[in-house]
Amino acid sequence: MEQSNKSRYARQYTLQDFGKQGQTKLAEARVLIVGAGGLGCPVLQYLCAAGVGDIGIVDADKVGLSNLHRQPLYRTTDVGRLKAEVAAAILRAQNDTITVVEYAFHLNNQNAWDLISSYDIIVDCTDNFETRYVLCDVCALLHKPLVYGAIYTYEGQVAVFNVSDSQGIRCQYRDLFPVPPSSEEAPDCATTGVLGVLPGVIGLLQANEVIKLLAGIGEPLINKLYTIGLLDYQSVTIRLQPQHHPDAPESRIAFEAANYGHYCGSVNEDVGLISSTELDAIAHRSDSLLIDVRALDELPRLSLPHRAIPLELLMANVHELNASHLVLICQSGVRSARAAESLKNYLGNRQSISHLQGGILAYQSEKNDE
Amino acid sequence: MMKIRVLSFGGLVEIIGKENMIEAIDTDQVVSHLEQTYPALAGRKYVLAINEQMKTENTLLQESDVVALLPPYSGG
Repeated sequence: MEQSNKSRYARQYTLQDFGKQGQTKLAEARVLIVGAGGLGCPVLQYLCAAGVGDIGIVDADKVGLSNLHRQPLYRTTDVGRLKAEVAAAILRAQNDTITVVEYAFHLNNQNAWDLISSYDIIVDCTDNFETRYVLCDVCALLHKPLVYGAIYTYEGQVAVFNVSDSQGIRCQYRDLFPVPPSSEEAPDCATTGVLGVLPGVIGLLQANEVIKLLAGIGEPLINKLYTIGLLDYQSVTIRLQPQHHPDAPESRIAFEAANYGHYCGSVNEDVGLISSTELDAIAHRSDSLLIDVRALDELPRLSLPHRAIPLELLMANVHELNASHLVLICQSGVRSARAAESLKNYLGNRQSISHLQGGILAYQSEKNDE
Repeated sequence: MMKIRVLSFGGLVEIIGKENMIEAIDTDQVVSHLEQTYPALAGRKYVLAINEQMKTENTLLQESDVVALLPPYSGG
Protein backbone atom coordinates (compact mmCIF):
# COMPACT_ATOMS: atom_id res chain seq x y z
CA MET A 1 0.00 0.00 0.00
CA GLU A 2 1.29 3.46 -0.90
CA GLN A 3 2.21 5.84 1.94
CA SER A 4 -0.66 8.24 1.19
CA ASN A 5 -3.15 5.37 1.13
CA LYS A 6 -1.72 4.09 4.42
CA SER A 7 -2.76 7.39 6.01
CA ARG A 8 -6.04 7.67 4.12
CA TYR A 9 -7.33 4.28 5.23
CA ALA A 10 -5.49 3.97 8.56
CA ARG A 11 -8.62 4.03 10.74
CA GLN A 12 -10.19 1.37 8.57
CA TYR A 13 -7.46 -1.22 8.12
CA THR A 14 -6.59 -0.96 11.79
CA LEU A 15 -9.94 -2.63 12.43
CA GLN A 16 -9.68 -6.17 13.64
CA ASP A 17 -10.96 -8.61 10.97
CA PHE A 18 -10.90 -5.92 8.28
CA GLY A 19 -7.15 -5.31 8.24
CA LYS A 20 -4.87 -4.60 5.28
CA GLN A 21 -6.33 -7.62 3.52
CA GLY A 22 -9.78 -6.06 3.61
CA GLN A 23 -8.39 -2.80 2.28
CA THR A 24 -6.68 -4.59 -0.59
CA LYS A 25 -9.90 -6.41 -1.48
CA LEU A 26 -11.77 -3.10 -1.63
CA ALA A 27 -9.04 -1.57 -3.79
CA GLU A 28 -9.26 -4.47 -6.25
CA ALA A 29 -13.06 -4.44 -6.49
CA ARG A 30 -15.28 -3.12 -9.26
CA VAL A 31 -18.68 -1.99 -7.94
CA LEU A 32 -21.50 -0.67 -10.12
CA ILE A 33 -24.10 1.60 -8.53
CA VAL A 34 -27.31 1.73 -10.55
CA GLY A 35 -29.13 4.96 -9.69
CA ALA A 36 -27.44 8.09 -8.30
CA GLY A 37 -30.48 9.36 -6.39
CA GLY A 38 -31.44 9.09 -2.72
CA LEU A 39 -29.94 5.62 -2.20
CA GLY A 40 -27.13 6.10 -4.68
CA CYS A 41 -25.69 9.24 -3.06
CA PRO A 42 -24.62 7.68 0.25
CA VAL A 43 -23.58 4.42 -1.42
CA LEU A 44 -21.33 6.32 -3.81
CA GLN A 45 -19.89 8.67 -1.20
CA TYR A 46 -19.04 5.99 1.34
CA LEU A 47 -17.73 3.35 -1.08
CA CYS A 48 -15.57 6.03 -2.67
CA ALA A 49 -14.28 7.18 0.71
CA ALA A 50 -13.69 3.58 1.82
CA GLY A 51 -11.44 2.96 -1.17
CA VAL A 52 -13.40 0.72 -3.53
CA GLY A 53 -10.98 0.77 -6.45
CA ASP A 54 -13.33 1.03 -9.39
CA ILE A 55 -16.77 2.62 -9.10
CA GLY A 56 -19.34 2.83 -11.90
CA ILE A 57 -22.35 5.16 -11.78
CA VAL A 58 -25.41 4.53 -13.97
CA ASP A 59 -28.01 7.30 -14.12
CA ALA A 60 -29.53 9.22 -17.01
CA ASP A 61 -31.41 11.70 -14.84
CA LYS A 62 -30.63 15.32 -14.25
CA VAL A 63 -30.57 16.93 -10.83
CA GLY A 64 -33.95 18.40 -9.88
CA LEU A 65 -34.70 20.87 -7.10
CA SER A 66 -37.02 18.35 -5.41
CA ASN A 67 -34.09 15.86 -5.24
CA LEU A 68 -31.92 18.03 -3.03
CA HIS A 69 -33.56 17.30 0.34
CA ARG A 70 -32.42 13.68 0.15
CA GLN A 71 -29.52 13.72 -2.33
CA PRO A 72 -26.85 15.79 -0.56
CA LEU A 73 -24.21 15.00 -3.16
CA TYR A 74 -25.79 17.74 -5.30
CA ARG A 75 -25.85 21.50 -4.85
CA THR A 76 -28.52 23.97 -5.90
CA THR A 77 -26.27 25.10 -8.75
CA ASP A 78 -26.24 21.53 -10.08
CA VAL A 79 -29.96 21.58 -10.91
CA GLY A 80 -30.35 20.61 -14.56
CA ARG A 81 -26.99 18.86 -14.77
CA LEU A 82 -26.54 15.12 -15.29
CA LYS A 83 -26.36 13.33 -11.93
CA ALA A 84 -23.81 10.81 -13.18
CA GLU A 85 -21.44 13.58 -14.28
CA VAL A 86 -21.82 15.72 -11.17
CA ALA A 87 -21.43 12.71 -8.88
CA ALA A 88 -18.38 11.41 -10.74
CA ALA A 89 -16.60 14.77 -10.49
CA ILE A 90 -17.25 15.02 -6.74
CA LEU A 91 -16.12 11.43 -6.11
CA ARG A 92 -12.89 11.95 -8.06
CA ALA A 93 -12.13 14.97 -5.91
CA GLN A 94 -13.05 13.08 -2.76
CA ASN A 95 -10.66 10.23 -3.53
CA ASP A 96 -8.12 10.61 -6.35
CA THR A 97 -6.68 7.14 -5.79
CA ILE A 98 -9.71 5.31 -7.24
CA THR A 99 -11.30 5.12 -10.69
CA VAL A 100 -14.81 6.47 -11.27
CA VAL A 101 -16.69 5.85 -14.52
CA GLU A 102 -20.05 7.45 -15.27
CA TYR A 103 -22.70 5.94 -17.52
CA ALA A 104 -25.26 8.67 -18.18
CA PHE A 105 -27.95 6.43 -19.65
CA HIS A 106 -30.92 4.39 -18.45
CA LEU A 107 -30.06 0.81 -17.72
CA ASN A 108 -32.29 -1.47 -19.80
CA ASN A 109 -32.25 -5.02 -21.08
CA GLN A 110 -30.48 -3.88 -24.27
CA ASN A 111 -27.42 -2.41 -22.54
CA ALA A 112 -27.31 -4.27 -19.22
CA TRP A 113 -25.57 -7.55 -20.03
CA ASP A 114 -22.06 -6.41 -20.93
CA LEU A 115 -22.04 -3.60 -18.38
CA ILE A 116 -23.13 -5.82 -15.48
CA SER A 117 -20.70 -8.56 -16.60
CA SER A 118 -17.74 -6.24 -16.14
CA TYR A 119 -18.39 -5.49 -12.43
CA ASP A 120 -17.98 -7.63 -9.30
CA ILE A 121 -20.89 -6.34 -7.23
CA ILE A 122 -24.00 -4.44 -8.35
CA VAL A 123 -25.90 -2.07 -6.04
CA ASP A 124 -29.59 -1.56 -6.78
CA CYS A 125 -30.37 2.08 -6.02
CA THR A 126 -33.10 2.36 -8.66
CA ASP A 127 -36.43 4.09 -8.18
CA ASN A 128 -38.75 2.05 -10.40
CA PHE A 129 -39.79 -1.55 -10.90
CA GLU A 130 -38.87 -1.71 -14.55
CA THR A 131 -35.17 -1.17 -13.84
CA ARG A 132 -35.36 -3.33 -10.69
CA TYR A 133 -36.65 -6.32 -12.69
CA VAL A 134 -34.08 -5.74 -15.44
CA LEU A 135 -31.34 -5.71 -12.78
CA CYS A 136 -32.80 -8.64 -10.89
CA ASP A 137 -32.94 -10.81 -14.01
CA VAL A 138 -29.56 -9.94 -15.49
CA CYS A 139 -27.82 -10.36 -12.12
CA ALA A 140 -29.57 -13.68 -11.49
CA LEU A 141 -28.53 -14.97 -14.94
CA LEU A 142 -24.93 -13.82 -14.43
CA HIS A 143 -24.82 -14.97 -10.76
CA LYS A 144 -23.75 -11.44 -9.92
CA PRO A 145 -24.04 -10.33 -6.27
CA LEU A 146 -26.79 -7.70 -6.07
CA VAL A 147 -27.11 -5.47 -3.01
CA TYR A 148 -30.72 -4.38 -3.04
CA GLY A 149 -32.23 -1.32 -1.36
CA ALA A 150 -35.69 0.23 -1.66
CA ILE A 151 -37.65 2.84 0.26
CA TYR A 152 -41.22 3.86 0.96
CA THR A 153 -42.15 7.02 2.92
CA TYR A 154 -40.50 6.23 6.30
CA GLU A 155 -39.49 2.59 5.70
CA GLY A 156 -36.73 0.82 3.83
CA GLN A 157 -35.60 -2.66 2.75
CA VAL A 158 -32.12 -4.09 2.26
CA ALA A 159 -31.07 -7.53 0.98
CA VAL A 160 -28.21 -9.35 -0.70
CA PHE A 161 -29.19 -11.49 -3.69
CA ASN A 162 -27.39 -14.05 -5.88
CA VAL A 163 -24.83 -15.01 -3.25
CA SER A 164 -24.86 -18.63 -2.08
CA ASP A 165 -25.24 -19.32 1.63
CA SER A 166 -23.47 -22.16 3.45
CA GLN A 167 -26.04 -24.63 2.08
CA GLY A 168 -25.60 -23.46 -1.49
CA ILE A 169 -28.97 -21.67 -1.56
CA ARG A 170 -29.02 -18.48 -3.58
CA CYS A 171 -32.10 -16.23 -3.55
CA GLN A 172 -33.00 -13.39 -5.88
CA TYR A 173 -35.50 -10.52 -5.91
CA ARG A 174 -38.07 -12.66 -7.73
CA ASP A 175 -38.12 -15.01 -4.77
CA LEU A 176 -39.71 -12.13 -2.88
CA PHE A 177 -41.90 -10.82 -5.67
CA PRO A 178 -42.11 -13.22 -8.62
CA VAL A 179 -44.08 -10.69 -10.68
CA PRO A 180 -44.01 -6.89 -10.58
CA PRO A 181 -46.67 -5.06 -8.58
CA SER A 182 -48.80 -2.40 -10.19
CA SER A 183 -47.66 1.18 -9.78
CA GLU A 184 -50.72 1.87 -7.57
CA GLU A 185 -49.60 -0.90 -5.23
CA ALA A 186 -46.14 0.56 -4.71
CA PRO A 187 -46.16 4.26 -5.49
CA ASP A 188 -42.87 6.11 -5.86
CA CYS A 189 -41.39 8.94 -3.81
CA ALA A 190 -42.94 11.57 -6.07
CA THR A 191 -46.40 10.27 -5.19
CA THR A 192 -46.10 9.49 -1.51
CA GLY A 193 -43.23 11.67 -0.33
CA VAL A 194 -40.13 10.43 1.44
CA LEU A 195 -38.28 11.47 4.58
CA GLY A 196 -34.93 12.90 3.47
CA VAL A 197 -32.79 10.86 5.87
CA LEU A 198 -34.46 7.55 4.92
CA PRO A 199 -32.46 6.86 1.73
CA GLY A 200 -29.39 8.01 3.70
CA VAL A 201 -29.95 5.29 6.30
CA ILE A 202 -30.84 2.58 3.79
CA GLY A 203 -28.08 3.56 1.35
CA LEU A 204 -25.50 3.37 4.14
CA LEU A 205 -26.74 -0.12 5.00
CA GLN A 206 -26.25 -1.08 1.34
CA ALA A 207 -22.71 0.36 1.38
CA ASN A 208 -22.13 -1.60 4.58
CA GLU A 209 -23.26 -4.82 2.87
CA VAL A 210 -20.92 -4.17 -0.08
CA ILE A 211 -17.97 -3.66 2.26
CA LYS A 212 -18.84 -6.79 4.27
CA LEU A 213 -19.10 -8.87 1.10
CA LEU A 214 -15.81 -7.57 -0.30
CA ALA A 215 -13.81 -7.75 2.91
CA GLY A 216 -15.37 -11.04 3.95
CA ILE A 217 -16.41 -9.79 7.38
CA GLY A 218 -19.56 -10.12 9.47
CA GLU A 219 -22.79 -11.62 8.22
CA PRO A 220 -24.09 -10.00 5.05
CA LEU A 221 -27.86 -10.19 4.47
CA ILE A 222 -27.51 -13.22 2.20
CA ASN A 223 -30.96 -14.72 1.56
CA LYS A 224 -32.41 -12.30 4.09
CA LEU A 225 -34.61 -9.22 3.77
CA TYR A 226 -34.13 -6.53 6.39
CA THR A 227 -36.96 -4.02 6.77
CA ILE A 228 -36.87 -1.01 9.10
CA GLY A 229 -39.26 1.85 9.81
CA LEU A 230 -37.68 5.09 10.96
CA LEU A 231 -40.67 6.39 12.93
CA ASP A 232 -40.53 3.68 15.60
CA TYR A 233 -37.41 1.68 14.61
CA GLN A 234 -39.55 -1.41 14.28
CA SER A 235 -37.53 -3.80 12.16
CA VAL A 236 -37.77 -7.35 10.91
CA THR A 237 -35.23 -9.61 9.19
CA ILE A 238 -36.88 -12.44 7.33
CA ARG A 239 -35.14 -15.48 5.94
CA LEU A 240 -36.00 -15.99 2.30
CA GLN A 241 -36.63 -19.19 0.43
CA PRO A 242 -36.27 -19.84 -3.26
CA GLN A 243 -39.52 -20.19 -5.14
CA HIS A 244 -40.64 -20.90 -8.65
CA HIS A 245 -40.64 -17.83 -10.89
CA PRO A 246 -41.84 -18.85 -14.33
CA ASP A 247 -41.62 -15.29 -15.69
CA ALA A 248 -37.86 -15.02 -15.21
CA PRO A 249 -35.86 -15.24 -18.47
CA GLU A 250 -33.67 -18.33 -18.76
CA SER A 251 -31.03 -16.99 -21.12
CA ARG A 252 -29.44 -13.81 -22.38
CA ILE A 253 -31.53 -14.06 -25.54
CA ALA A 254 -34.79 -14.31 -23.60
CA PHE A 255 -33.68 -11.48 -21.30
CA GLU A 256 -32.91 -9.13 -24.16
CA ALA A 257 -36.08 -10.05 -26.05
CA ALA A 258 -38.37 -9.25 -23.11
CA ASN A 259 -40.37 -6.02 -22.99
CA TYR A 260 -39.81 -4.82 -19.41
CA GLY A 261 -41.74 -1.59 -19.94
CA HIS A 262 -44.96 -3.45 -20.64
CA TYR A 263 -44.18 -6.24 -18.20
CA CYS A 264 -43.75 -3.85 -15.29
CA GLY A 265 -46.68 -1.66 -16.29
CA SER A 266 -44.47 1.39 -16.53
CA VAL A 267 -45.49 1.97 -20.13
CA ASN A 268 -48.91 3.24 -19.14
CA GLU A 269 -51.58 3.89 -21.72
CA ASP A 270 -48.80 2.96 -24.13
CA VAL A 271 -48.15 5.79 -26.52
CA GLY A 272 -50.36 8.84 -27.04
CA LEU A 273 -52.15 9.42 -30.35
CA ILE A 274 -52.32 12.91 -31.84
CA SER A 275 -54.86 13.67 -34.54
CA SER A 276 -54.22 15.97 -37.48
CA THR A 277 -56.51 18.64 -36.03
CA GLU A 278 -54.53 18.77 -32.76
CA LEU A 279 -51.10 18.99 -34.32
CA ASP A 280 -50.88 22.75 -34.99
CA ALA A 281 -51.67 23.67 -31.40
CA ILE A 282 -49.23 21.11 -29.99
CA ALA A 283 -46.46 22.16 -32.38
CA HIS A 284 -46.49 25.69 -31.01
CA ARG A 285 -46.26 24.73 -27.35
CA SER A 286 -42.83 25.54 -25.94
CA ASP A 287 -42.56 22.16 -24.15
CA SER A 288 -43.25 20.11 -27.29
CA LEU A 289 -40.84 18.77 -29.85
CA LEU A 290 -42.04 17.38 -33.18
CA ILE A 291 -39.73 14.77 -34.67
CA ASP A 292 -39.99 13.72 -38.30
CA VAL A 293 -38.60 10.18 -38.49
CA ARG A 294 -38.84 9.83 -42.28
CA ALA A 295 -35.77 9.69 -44.52
CA LEU A 296 -34.41 13.19 -45.10
CA ASP A 297 -35.49 13.35 -48.73
CA GLU A 298 -39.11 12.25 -48.25
CA LEU A 299 -41.87 14.61 -49.35
CA PRO A 300 -44.06 16.46 -48.57
CA ARG A 301 -42.05 18.53 -46.14
CA LEU A 302 -43.53 19.19 -42.72
CA SER A 303 -44.36 22.90 -42.51
CA LEU A 304 -44.36 23.05 -38.69
CA PRO A 305 -41.25 23.57 -36.53
CA HIS A 306 -39.65 20.16 -36.05
CA ARG A 307 -36.45 18.13 -35.98
CA ALA A 308 -35.74 15.63 -38.73
CA ILE A 309 -34.17 12.44 -37.36
CA PRO A 310 -34.57 9.36 -39.58
CA LEU A 311 -35.94 6.38 -37.66
CA GLU A 312 -32.69 4.41 -37.80
CA LEU A 313 -30.84 7.31 -36.13
CA LEU A 314 -33.48 8.11 -33.51
CA MET A 315 -32.16 6.09 -30.59
CA ALA A 316 -28.60 7.30 -31.19
CA ASN A 317 -29.86 10.87 -30.71
CA VAL A 318 -32.20 10.18 -27.80
CA HIS A 319 -30.16 12.29 -25.36
CA GLU A 320 -30.87 15.42 -27.37
CA LEU A 321 -34.63 15.01 -27.06
CA ASN A 322 -35.21 16.95 -23.87
CA ALA A 323 -38.72 18.38 -24.40
CA SER A 324 -41.48 17.20 -22.05
CA HIS A 325 -43.71 16.20 -24.95
CA LEU A 326 -42.22 14.32 -27.88
CA VAL A 327 -44.42 13.89 -30.95
CA LEU A 328 -43.23 11.42 -33.58
CA ILE A 329 -44.29 11.96 -37.17
CA CYS A 330 -43.81 9.99 -40.40
CA GLN A 331 -45.55 9.64 -43.74
CA SER A 332 -48.57 7.53 -42.73
CA GLY A 333 -48.22 6.83 -39.02
CA VAL A 334 -46.58 3.39 -39.13
CA ARG A 335 -42.93 4.30 -38.57
CA SER A 336 -43.89 7.00 -36.05
CA ALA A 337 -45.76 4.38 -33.98
CA ARG A 338 -42.67 2.17 -33.95
CA ALA A 339 -40.46 5.15 -33.08
CA ALA A 340 -42.78 6.19 -30.25
CA GLU A 341 -42.77 2.66 -28.87
CA SER A 342 -38.96 2.52 -28.87
CA LEU A 343 -38.72 5.89 -27.16
CA LYS A 344 -41.35 4.88 -24.60
CA ASN A 345 -39.45 1.70 -23.79
CA TYR A 346 -36.30 3.68 -23.35
CA LEU A 347 -37.56 6.78 -21.56
CA GLY A 348 -40.44 5.23 -19.61
CA ASN A 349 -42.74 7.87 -18.21
CA ARG A 350 -40.16 10.60 -17.82
CA GLN A 351 -41.40 12.34 -20.96
CA SER A 352 -44.78 12.17 -22.63
CA ILE A 353 -44.52 10.45 -25.99
CA SER A 354 -47.11 10.41 -28.75
CA HIS A 355 -47.30 10.08 -32.51
CA LEU A 356 -49.33 11.59 -35.32
CA GLN A 357 -52.15 9.31 -36.41
CA GLY A 358 -52.17 8.86 -40.18
CA GLY A 359 -48.91 10.74 -40.56
CA ILE A 360 -48.18 13.78 -42.69
CA LEU A 361 -50.53 12.52 -45.41
CA ALA A 362 -53.48 12.74 -43.02
CA TYR A 363 -52.30 16.13 -41.75
CA GLN A 364 -52.03 17.49 -45.30
CA SER A 365 -55.44 16.28 -46.37
CA GLU A 366 -56.88 17.89 -43.22
CA LYS A 367 -55.20 21.17 -44.21
CA ASN A 368 -56.54 20.90 -47.76
CA ASP A 369 -60.08 20.44 -46.43
CA GLU A 370 -59.86 23.62 -44.34
CA MET B 1 -57.58 -21.50 17.08
CA MET B 2 -54.31 -19.76 17.74
CA LYS B 3 -53.95 -16.14 18.71
CA ILE B 4 -51.71 -14.56 16.09
CA ARG B 5 -50.11 -11.12 15.93
CA VAL B 6 -49.97 -9.74 12.39
CA LEU B 7 -47.54 -6.91 11.61
CA SER B 8 -47.76 -5.03 8.36
CA PHE B 9 -45.38 -2.72 6.55
CA GLY B 10 -45.29 -0.21 3.71
CA GLY B 11 -48.50 0.64 1.92
CA LEU B 12 -50.31 -2.28 3.61
CA VAL B 13 -50.47 -0.24 6.82
CA GLU B 14 -52.91 2.13 5.12
CA ILE B 15 -55.19 -0.81 4.34
CA ILE B 16 -55.03 -3.07 7.40
CA GLY B 17 -53.30 -0.94 10.03
CA LYS B 18 -49.92 -1.51 11.64
CA GLU B 19 -50.92 -4.44 13.81
CA ASN B 20 -53.80 -6.92 13.97
CA MET B 21 -54.54 -9.62 16.54
CA ILE B 22 -56.49 -12.45 14.94
CA GLU B 23 -57.38 -16.06 15.59
CA ALA B 24 -56.45 -18.57 12.91
CA ILE B 25 -55.12 -22.09 12.48
CA ASP B 26 -53.00 -21.48 9.40
CA THR B 27 -51.69 -18.69 7.18
CA ASP B 28 -54.48 -19.09 4.61
CA GLN B 29 -56.95 -18.31 7.38
CA VAL B 30 -54.95 -15.28 8.43
CA VAL B 31 -55.14 -13.93 4.89
CA SER B 32 -58.83 -14.73 4.39
CA HIS B 33 -59.75 -13.12 7.75
CA LEU B 34 -57.82 -10.00 6.85
CA GLU B 35 -59.32 -9.85 3.34
CA GLN B 36 -62.84 -10.17 4.80
CA THR B 37 -62.22 -7.28 7.17
CA TYR B 38 -60.19 -5.24 4.69
CA PRO B 39 -61.33 -6.09 1.13
CA ALA B 40 -58.71 -3.74 -0.39
CA LEU B 41 -56.05 -6.23 0.69
CA ALA B 42 -57.18 -8.74 -1.94
CA GLY B 43 -54.87 -8.86 -4.95
CA ARG B 44 -52.04 -7.03 -3.21
CA LYS B 45 -48.54 -8.46 -3.53
CA TYR B 46 -46.59 -9.08 -0.35
CA VAL B 47 -44.27 -11.56 1.27
CA LEU B 48 -45.66 -13.43 4.25
CA ALA B 49 -43.32 -14.51 7.04
CA ILE B 50 -43.95 -16.44 10.24
CA ASN B 51 -41.53 -15.56 13.02
CA GLU B 52 -39.16 -14.11 10.43
CA GLN B 53 -39.20 -17.11 8.07
CA MET B 54 -40.71 -16.44 4.66
CA LYS B 55 -43.55 -18.83 3.69
CA THR B 56 -44.91 -19.40 0.23
CA GLU B 57 -47.36 -22.19 1.06
CA ASN B 58 -50.14 -22.53 3.59
CA THR B 59 -48.56 -23.21 6.97
CA LEU B 60 -49.99 -24.23 10.35
CA LEU B 61 -49.57 -21.66 13.10
CA GLN B 62 -48.56 -22.00 16.73
CA GLU B 63 -49.96 -19.95 19.62
CA SER B 64 -48.41 -16.42 19.71
CA ASP B 65 -46.71 -16.70 16.34
CA VAL B 66 -45.94 -13.38 14.71
CA VAL B 67 -46.90 -13.04 11.07
CA ALA B 68 -45.34 -10.20 9.04
CA LEU B 69 -46.68 -8.95 5.71
CA LEU B 70 -44.07 -7.14 3.61
CA PRO B 71 -45.00 -5.44 0.33
CA PRO B 72 -42.54 -4.31 -2.36
CA TYR B 73 -41.13 -0.78 -2.16
CA SER B 74 -40.22 1.03 -5.33
CA GLY B 75 -38.50 4.21 -4.16
CA GLY B 76 -34.80 4.86 -4.40
